[in-house]
Amino acid sequence: MSHFAAWAIAISLAYLGLLFALASFGDRRAEQGRSVIANPYIYTLSLAVYCTAWTYFGSVGVAASQGVAFLPVYLGPTLLALLFLGPVRKILLIAKAYGITSIADFASARYGKSGTVAGLVTIVALLGSIPYISLQLKAVATGIELLFAHDGVSERGALGADSALLVALVLAAFSILFGTRHIDATEHHQGMVLAIAFESVVKLLCFLVVGIFVTWVLFSGPSDLLARAEAAGVVDRLHFSATRLSYADWFLLTLLSAFAVLLLPRQFQVMVIENLDIRHLQRASWMFPLYLLVINIFVLPIALAGLILGGTVAEADSFVLGLPLVHGQAWLAILAFLGGLSAATAMVIVETVAVSTMISNDLVMPLLLRIRALGLAQRPDLTGLILGVRRAGIILAVAGGYLFFHSVGEAMGLVSIGYIAFAGVAQFAPLLLLGIAWKGANRNGAVVGLLAGFLVWLYTLVLPSFVIAGVLPESILREGPFGIALLRPTALFGLEGLHPVAHCALWSLTINSALLVLVSLLSSASDLERLQAILFVDVEQSRGTPRLWRGEAKVGALEELLVRFLGRPAAEAIWQAETARRGRPLNPDEPADAGLVERAERQLARAIGAASARAVVASTVRGESIGPDALLEILDETQKVLEYSRRLEQKSRELEVATAELRRANERLRELDRLKDDFLATVSHELRTPLTSIRSFSEILLDNPDLEAEERARFLRIITSESERLTRLINDVLDLSKIESGRMEWKIGPADLVELVREGIRAAEGLMAEKGVELEVAIPDEPAPVTCDRDRIVQVVLNLLSNACKFVPRPGGRVRVELRRKGSVFEIRVEDNGPGVPPEARELVFEKFHQLTGNLNTQKPTGTGLGLAISKQIVEHFGGRIWIEEATLGGAALCFTLPVSEEAGAARVAA
Amino acid sequence: MASDRLARLCAVALVALALFNFPMVEVVERWAKVTSVPLVPLYFFVAWAGVIALAAWLLERGGGGEP
Amino acid sequence: MAKRVLVVDDEPNIVLSLEFLMRRAGFEVQVARTGGEALKALEGEPPDLVLLDVMMPEVDGYEVCERLRARPEWRKTKIIMLTARGREAERERGLALGADAYITKPFSTRELVEQVKRMLEVA
Repeated sequence: MSHFAAWAIAISLAYLGLLFALASFGDRRAEQGRSVIANPYIYTLSLAVYCTAWTYFGSVGVAASQGVAFLPVYLGPTLLALLFLGPVRKILLIAKAYGITSIADFASARYGKSGTVAGLVTIVALLGSIPYISLQLKAVATGIELLFAHDGVSERGALGADSALLVALVLAAFSILFGTRHIDATEHHQGMVLAIAFESVVKLLCFLVVGIFVTWVLFSGPSDLLARAEAAGVVDRLHFSATRLSYADWFLLTLLSAFAVLLLPRQFQVMVIENLDIRHLQRASWMFPLYLLVINIFVLPIALAGLILGGTVAEADSFVLGLPLVHGQAWLAILAFLGGLSAATAMVIVETVAVSTMISNDLVMPLLLRIRALGLAQRPDLTGLILGVRRAGIILAVAGGYLFFHSVGEAMGLVSIGYIAFAGVAQFAPLLLLGIAWKGANRNGAVVGLLAGFLVWLYTLVLPSFVIAGVLPESILREGPFGIALLRPTALFGLEGLHPVAHCALWSLTINSALLVLVSLLSSASDLERLQAILFVDVEQSRGTPRLWRGEAKVGALEELLVRFLGRPAAEAIWQAETARRGRPLNPDEPADAGLVERAERQLARAIGAASARAVVASTVRGESIGPDALLEILDETQKVLEYSRRLEQKSRELEVATAELRRANERLRELDRLKDDFLATVSHELRTPLTSIRSFSEILLDNPDLEAEERARFLRIITSESERLTRLINDVLDLSKIESGRMEWKIGPADLVELVREGIRAAEGLMAEKGVELEVAIPDEPAPVTCDRDRIVQVVLNLLSNACKFVPRPGGRVRVELRRKGSVFEIRVEDNGPGVPPEARELVFEKFHQLTGNLNTQKPTGTGLGLAISKQIVEHFGGRIWIEEATLGGAALCFTLPVSEEAGAARVAA
Repeated sequence: MASDRLARLCAVALVALALFNFPMVEVVERWAKVTSVPLVPLYFFVAWAGVIALAAWLLERGGGGEP
Repeated sequence: MAKRVLVVDDEPNIVLSLEFLMRRAGFEVQVARTGGEALKALEGEPPDLVLLDVMMPEVDGYEVCERLRARPEWRKTKIIMLTARGREAERERGLALGADAYITKPFSTRELVEQVKRMLEVA
């Protein structure tokens, strides 16, 4: 074994190791919640798993003989990508809403969680994958053979086994390591996605490097290439006629490719299942076609170069590798091989993971669960079994690919093999696309259509490939089975002249769709099917619609079920989330409600698929999802109506509240208006009263010049005192209105309350002396710091004192002033030995113009009737309180408080 | 807004479908027969790139809101 | 025989001035400081005219007027209401209750005296 081949093998293995490290890194980051793949670029690159060894090697093969005939495979996906925001987005929404794990799961869930649909789709997907996987094996094996042949060594001699088998074993092992580490299929294989995105970069770069080498190193640019192609007589490849395709073929192949890019198990896996954020579709919508365009630019140049340089059409599939090799560029050849390897491994890994998930979730597990003898439903832990089934599924798919390669594939071109897979999975298109658009599509229609399409595919495309491989006699193609010409596989019902793949696509898809529609219209659907149809077609409206259950299941039984299928940690995590949602722990003995059953089923569906999940949950719950037909059909409608009426009720409640508020506000305004009116009338009255006296006596004095001097002096004194009363009144009214309207200019500053009270007493001394009042003062010696407007507080003290003086008996009037600290306030009490104020009037006295009129007092008190109202306003302005209580002296005690000023207090202590 | 954009993309897809099929391809094929320029592959790649550019322009202008 | 006038007001200075004015005009004057006092004063020999203040604590002028008009033997007594509240509604209320005139404070002493004289047909 030479150095060169050894290097190639070593580098390839190192490359696979790097992929694995990358995948582990991606998984670790995902576990830490710091995903590295959550962006549209990685998403786009993961979609490029579409470009396999078919693209890498096969396109050149096609181009060498048929020119641009390789293009429909990429133009179709371009068209579909433009519709990413349409039907594809809807499929993503549905898959995310209902925990879909694969295309089989999707189809099954849509058609009433039907196990039949799931199994059928799985079988078709598996059979479609087998030739496709064999294509990858063939490409890699051929590459290895070429590398060894270049070294002059027979690979059989070198490796001691056939290379395809070795490649198959390595790829199977690799896929198992990659794909079956987790059990929950929707937990996203982030590591795998990162690895295949990386592979997409590798294969693109390798292909471009080879293309540039061929175009600008082997040749001196495109025009040189073109000129030499003309000279070599291969320039006809550049005409459409070289494709040997009719326009109908061309169109049908484009359509088929458009379906394939969505429906191939691996494409559905990366595009739908592994999608992390639905918004990534937007950028992928144009970047994915761009990737396809770029990777195809050098296909024709390489094909032409190979032909010019003496390659044959039969060898064209290996031009990419062969051209560097025969021109002595060993390292470039290894690079070219690496690109092909990356294209092939990416495809095999994702395809087998997707198919094995389907095999376990949608085919094997439902069957095993149904066989009661196995007692699986009672087994304590099924996670090991599920993983085992998935690994077996991977081995099955790769082994099938290997066998197909040996029996058929060796005789066919890469692209021909690939088209078989395309046409196979295209059979899912009618049930899927009609399924998300038309509620009428039902399970019977889906099953009949899919079966028919599948059979037509087997008959018109798979069978002929066995003929080409020499497994079946050629007469079947030429003369039809048993000589019936109408049934010739590649010219069914006499439809000749189409490319075999286009022919198959036309017949299979037409029959498939027609039967789906026809049978759906003629047969009736179960309640569950109709419900699922509504949930899928109206996914935007019905996300989160709860299912209706009539069954009885204990919470404990459901938990047990989750533990068995998901393992204890996963089940406990779900139960914790449920506890958090309810805000109370779940009691194992309480009956599970419909929502809990629904969520448990959805979690199970992630591990074992919708059909199986439904089967096991139903066996535990012992009840069916129910509902009269009408109820199910109007479920959606009812919800909308309920929502609408709920909103209406809310609106009308809001209106009522608003109206009541308005009414209250209006009443309050009216009340204020009335109060203002009363106030004005009262002020008018109070002003007119002294004015009346003043005017009367002035006129009397004027009209009666003959009055005695004594009487004259008496009348003049009355005029003077009434004038003073008028002035006081005007001042008080002005003060009060200023305070009330907030236009009062307060001179606020630190003050000593002791000093202020003394000042107030001094001001009232004259009045008290006049009335012969005996004053008792109880004021502490130390200062009482407050923050206030000094003059105003003095005014309050004076008010209270003069008020007291008004009511004390004459003689024998006693007034007591007291100041003391009560916690955080100073309290000032002004007591008298007057008649007191009855409790019911104690609030009223602080109202404007409420004259204190003692019952015993026939003398109308002098005063404006505003003093206490103003005092109240002032005290409250400085955070105090004013009130009346019983006095120790027997009369009334008018008290008020002011908060202790802490600042001033602190300053005093410091001083 | 979103449905507006979807409608425009559908229009682009229809244009692409027309560009990639009969009769446009046939027209190009006729022209290719009378020149030495590889008109058919050129046509496909240019039309393809044009469609992608149009889609990119429609999708990326005005920021990438939720589709 | 001199006509008798009852002065009813809770403002001592106003009572003083009215008393002076009425005596000067040659009437016999009786004084009441509250509505209650006024009703008591009426019980004896009813006066020929009442100068009645409206705003008084407890029994106000309206009530006195109403009670006065309710008794047939007091029908002949004239009533002049005096008020410091000059609103039209109050004036109408007073007249409706049976007052013969309604004078707003402050008033012209001459006009008041003339009105009283006119009503008692002295002038």
